[in-house]
Amino acid sequence: MKFFLQLVLAGLTKGSIYALIALGYTMVYGIIQLINFAHGEIYMIGAFTALIVSGLLQITTTLHPIAILFIALAAAVFFSAGYGVTMEKIAYKPLRNAPRLTALISAIGMSLLLQNYVRLAQTSDFLPFRSLIPNFSFLTPGVSVITTTQLVILVTTFAVMVILTFLIKFTRMGKAMRATAQDKIMAQLVGIDINKVITVTFAIGSATAAIGGVLIANHMGQINFYIGFLAGIKAFVAAVLGGIGSIPGAVLGSFVLGMTESFGAGYISSAYEDAFAFIILILILIFKPSGLVGRNEIEKV
Amino acid sequence: MNKVLKELKSSFLTALWILVLTFPIMIIKVNTIDATVRWRWANIPTVFFFTYIFSFIWRRLLFLREKKGKESLRLILIDSLLMGIAPILTIVAVSLINSKSPEYKVLSWILQAVVYTGVIILHSILIKDVKSEKTEEIQERKPKFDFRETLGKKTVKRPLLALLAVAVVAYPFVSGLYHVGIMTSALMFIILGLGLNIVIGYGGLLHLGYAAFYAVGAYNYGLLYMYWGVPFWGALPLGAVSGLICGLIIGIPVLRLRGDYLAIVTLAFGEIVRLLLENLAGFTKGPEGIAQIPRPGFIMKLNLQNASIYLYFIVFALMLLTIFVIKRIEDSRIGRSLEAMRDDEIAAQSMGIDLTKAKLITFALGAIWAGLVGVILAGKTTYINPGSFTLMESVMILVAVVLGGMGSVPGVILGALLVTLIPEYLRFLSDYRMLMFGVALVVMSIFRPQGIIPRVRKHYTVGRESA
Repeated sequence: MKFFLQLVLAGLTKGSIYALIALGYTMVYGIIQLINFAHGEIYMIGAFTALIVSGLLQITTTLHPIAILFIALAAAVFFSAGYGVTMEKIAYKPLRNAPRLTALISAIGMSLLLQNYVRLAQTSDFLPFRSLIPNFSFLTPGVSVITTTQLVILVTTFAVMVILTFLIKFTRMGKAMRATAQDKIMAQLVGIDINKVITVTFAIGSATAAIGGVLIANHMGQINFYIGFLAGIKAFVAAVLGGIGSIPGAVLGSFVLGMTESFGAGYISSAYEDAFAFIILILILIFKPSGLVGRNEIEKV
Repeated sequence: MNKVLKELKSSFLTALWILVLTFPIMIIKVNTIDATVRWRWANIPTVFFFTYIFSFIWRRLLFLREKKGKESLRLILIDSLLMGIAPILTIVAVSLINSKSPEYKVLSWILQAVVYTGVIILHSILIKDVKSEKTEEIQERKPKFDFRETLGKKTVKRPLLALLAVAVVAYPFVSGLYHVGIMTSALMFIILGLGLNIVIGYGGLLHLGYAAFYAVGAYNYGLLYMYWGVPFWGALPLGAVSGLICGLIIGIPVLRLRGDYLAIVTLAFGEIVRLLLENLAGFTKGPEGIAQIPRPGFIMKLNLQNASIYLYFIVFALMLLTIFVIKRIEDSRIGRSLEAMRDDEIAAQSMGIDLTKAKLITFALGAIWAGLVGVILAGKTTYINPGSFTLMESVMILVAVVLGGMGSVPGVILGALLVTLIPEYLRFLSDYRMLMFGVALVVMSIFRPQGIIPRVRKHYTVGRESA
């Protein structure tokens, strides 16, 4: 029973991280119909920025770990959002009206570029990340089942989801985003600045990915320049699983994927942990390409 | 003057923004184990300078993409030159100073700053031409000297081909073993590029798991030899067959998918193949790989030198075969149906093209070549392991195809040669190889999506052609 519970919690933790990344994919896809291949790299850059900032503060100051955590998180969010927005301006904006294949190739290029930029500017080794989340004493009786970091990840993800839902449902910007996703030309006709909407979408998507990056770095304890690739692909799988373009779908898909991986690794084989995501992807695309909650798109001629 | 100021301002702001953005990653380096922080302040001027000039070039290029302007073209050339010369100048000067006395570090920094500022000032003076630029919309016009036409003439084409043939035959005997090896790899890469070109260029299906077929071919030979002692020539046709089967296996599930989904699924497929090779250790020897696979034998056993030369000719012959087959496919009914499918799936379908069949054919035709080259790889290196068939390998083949020109045979040949030979002969760049490939993919897709040598579409005319 305890093993089962541990697997459930591990699955939820993983699912939370995937959800934080998958949001960016799904939001960007919803608005410009582009699979932002470099989104995983944004998550990696978030984790790296947090590592650098927190390392710097730990070495040079005597701040409380929680204060450092918040500063590092803020820095990661700021820089990741910056990278996301800049990336869109450089690599995707000139290709708005280009064929999708061209934009996708540009995105792959951007992903390679960012990965190797971090590798060359920093290091290709794994860097240890000292966890900044202190152990809560009230968890002591349950500590063998849930760790503090896991709890923090779950709570943070939940909070981010709530804030995001609020943002999209009730603010002016959210309304503009929904309008743009539905029909770009019509949105422009009613006076929505599409460029601004796209910028904000990239910023929000990158910011949530950065939060995911900081949390996972705390949880796993080490990062390198390559972590974005696998996480990005899996988050993409989650987004497709839920139905790409749909925000609740992405969250649902992420948790399903996290659980499957966790149980697959626990009861079948941990060597194939990464393969489960790919197998799910292939299965879902064969049997229900629109995803769990997505609608079928009919292409009109 | 207003326009010039605007240009300067936007270059300055871009450079400043990039400087802020790259600050943590470029400047600070934290070592969490020894608890030390290294500040690399020297990177600041470099980052600023390059983004300053580069943002200018970028804007001119974007401008040229839409309109024609002589001044912009000239400025791009000058800027590129400045961007190239300035760092070389500083590197030479800095190393000169450092060799004299290493204490003068500050002096070298000042020097660097002076050179960079000088270039930026020079640049600001030069760009005043921008404002007077007359622009006109780009119009299609026939160049005075048509390269293709000249090459196509029989009197030019035949001697050139003969010369090329002589060079190819003489090459392995003139150059050393090392160069023969590199050239063989380059030729193998050309075949891979041409194979992927069928899928991407003709079929319009972005395939990111191409290395999986390559792996299947290589393991086909490795395993057949390990368990049953099958020789190279026995494994070669089987390599093609196993590639074909694999192509069909991946083709079936992805039939219903379009563009971007397809890319991810093929990527997933490639990763699954690699994971299987790594984890089925009892069967494939896992990550440790299969060693001591024999080189292709002639009648007797060859020494290393002759075996390499022999392999070179095998690969070359195979490349000729590939080009021949692909040219034939291009002109055939299948080729035309693939092309129609790439341009518009729905229109193609309504014209009576069986999309299912066309897609399966695309994948199968692409995979055959990878299977063949895989067998050759195993025979060439005599050692294979799953680490040689990562996503990066697939991406490199993709770069060759995109760089050269999707759907263009001479383009892909050029692209494959560039991708393999540049990192090989410019060793000091090898660390930056993947970075440059990334930049190449972005730049090519924005400014020249058709590639260096674009594909020439066949025109079909009915009846007599009217002038």
